[in-house]
Amino acid sequence: MGRITLENVTKTFGDVTVIPPLNLTIEDGEFVVFVGPSGCGKSTLLRLIAGLEDVSGGQIRIDGEDATNLAPAKRKLAMVFQSYALYPHMTVRKNIAFPMKMAGIDQAEQDRRIEAAAKALNLTDYLERRPGQLSGGQRQRVAIGRAIVREPSAFLFDEPLSNLDAALRVGMRMEISELHKKLATTMVYVTHDQVEAMTMADKIVVLQAGVIEQVGSPLDLYRAPRNRFVAGFIGSPKMNFIEGAEAAKHDAQCIGIRPEHLTASASDGQWKGVVGVSEHLGSDTFLHVHDTGLAETMTVRVGGEFALHHGDTVYLTPEADKIHKFDAQGLRIE
Amino acid sequence: MARSVTTRGKAINTAIAWAVGLLIFFPILWTILTSFKTEGQAIAAPPVFLFFDWTLENYAIVQERSDYLRYLTNSIIIACGSTVLGIIVAIPAAWSMAFVPGRRTKDILMWMLSTKMLPAVGVLYPIYLLFIKLGLLDSRAGLVIVLMLINLPIIVWMLYTYFREIPGEILEAARMDGASLKNEIIYVLTPMAVPGIASTILLNIILAWNEAFWTLNLTAAKAAPLTAFIASYSSPEGLFYAKLSAASTMAIAPILIMGWFSQKQLVRGLTFGAVK
Repeated sequence: MGRITLENVTKTFGDVTVIPPLNLTIEDGEFVVFVGPSGCGKSTLLRLIAGLEDVSGGQIRIDGEDATNLAPAKRKLAMVFQSYALYPHMTVRKNIAFPMKMAGIDQAEQDRRIEAAAKALNLTDYLERRPGQLSGGQRQRVAIGRAIVREPSAFLFDEPLSNLDAALRVGMRMEISELHKKLATTMVYVTHDQVEAMTMADKIVVLQAGVIEQVGSPLDLYRAPRNRFVAGFIGSPKMNFIEGAEAAKHDAQCIGIRPEHLTASASDGQWKGVVGVSEHLGSDTFLHVHDTGLAETMTVRVGGEFALHHGDTVYLTPEADKIHKFDAQGLRIE
Repeated sequence: MARSVTTRGKAINTAIAWAVGLLIFFPILWTILTSFKTEGQAIAAPPVFLFFDWTLENYAIVQERSDYLRYLTNSIIIACGSTVLGIIVAIPAAWSMAFVPGRRTKDILMWMLSTKMLPAVGVLYPIYLLFIKLGLLDSRAGLVIVLMLINLPIIVWMLYTYFREIPGEILEAARMDGASLKNEIIYVLTPMAVPGIASTILLNIILAWNEAFWTLNLTAAKAAPLTAFIASYSSPEGLFYAKLSAASTMAIAPILIMGWFSQKQLVRGLTFGAVK
């Protein structure tokens, strides 16, 4: 079991309110990702759930029980830290055994769980090594191993992949997703990387300045962002926003169109502009188009082989049903 | 950019370093040499350096006249006892200052250190009276307590500095893993700070070993350590340089040897592999 409920949870540091009253329910077995820009309070929120910070108001319930004032260890949650936070003086085996030792689990059971975790995480050959002798990816797996053996009701991940290089990050992303499928335990994952959020989450919680901007499945957020902030944050490259006369034609203060929902042509189209920088990714090319009279720069996704170059004239056409409309407050208009 | 050092520059630097090293070591060397001279040679003018009749007579007389082992035992008990007691008191103090600092933590640290600037003689009288009242005069327990107290600010300060190097996330991980505060300190913090704690212990043993003011003033015979052993050879009837040197050599030898073997430990820094 691992149902976590936050009721009017607030956090203040002195006079600064980091998290105004916030309500959120994380269902048992869900993979929930907190995403938002730096300083949005996502890590603080995770630490409140973990019990590493005290709430300033409100209630945290875990499986229906009030956990607001429980010590971190009593919450039956396991946490994986950004810096791995392994015990450098212990071998991998002892690192993984540590929470079980603290819980007073007998040696035979400890060994059984260590072997199982090591096998699942490809750490069997490294059990007698110290963290200092492992690579970043291996260290992160040890940290996950240490979390697994406790058999917690939920896992908390605080930006666990941000210290890894790009290739390793993709691999670990898959491993964590696999692990979630296998264990079916609640996972709460904090990241500033919206790609991680989109690829891993069952449910994404978008935060800004401690306020939940939207909660929903990755595709919900992508298809129907509740406001301009979510629209701009989810999706890569960023959505193009157009204000003024063009938006007024759609009875909106602002309209948004994603780069992948624009088509580019050398001969004809709805909006005319000049090609600026092109980013060639092989499979795709992102054109940055200037002088459209709509926005300073418009980004458009075209195929890998695209014949236009810097300074060429280009015509852009949006897919009519993919235009997002926002009012003066930045809220979505259906 | 790496600075280029010429061979000549290197040679000059080496010579200067040796000169300074020898200058610092010279009094100790002279004491050791004098301890092997006869009393006559010890005060000879001009002084003899290496070419004299080497003798162990002074050591024999010193050993015969006073019980070196008793002083040595007292020194070991007082130095080690006060250090261990100090460490036990200082670890929790340094832990709280390093990991849950308050607004006044820095001030408290400064205040603690400022007590080291107080001339010890200023509090001799009250402490002496207190010792009489408590029956601690000329007792090893009394000296352990006093030396622990006077070195405590340094122990706390050193441990605080080492603990600050330990990432807070590791202690949070321990808390998540179910470690109580006691277990967090015993299983995680202390082993990680071992190099730092070891350096602190070594330095404090040296400080306590060499401490002369309190050990001379608060002891008579029973609890007297090696500092009192040396002092007993500078008698009013006239100085016996060779015997005094022999006594001094015997007093500093243990700490000198310990310092020599623990050089590496004293210099070794903290090495962490767990945090990138």
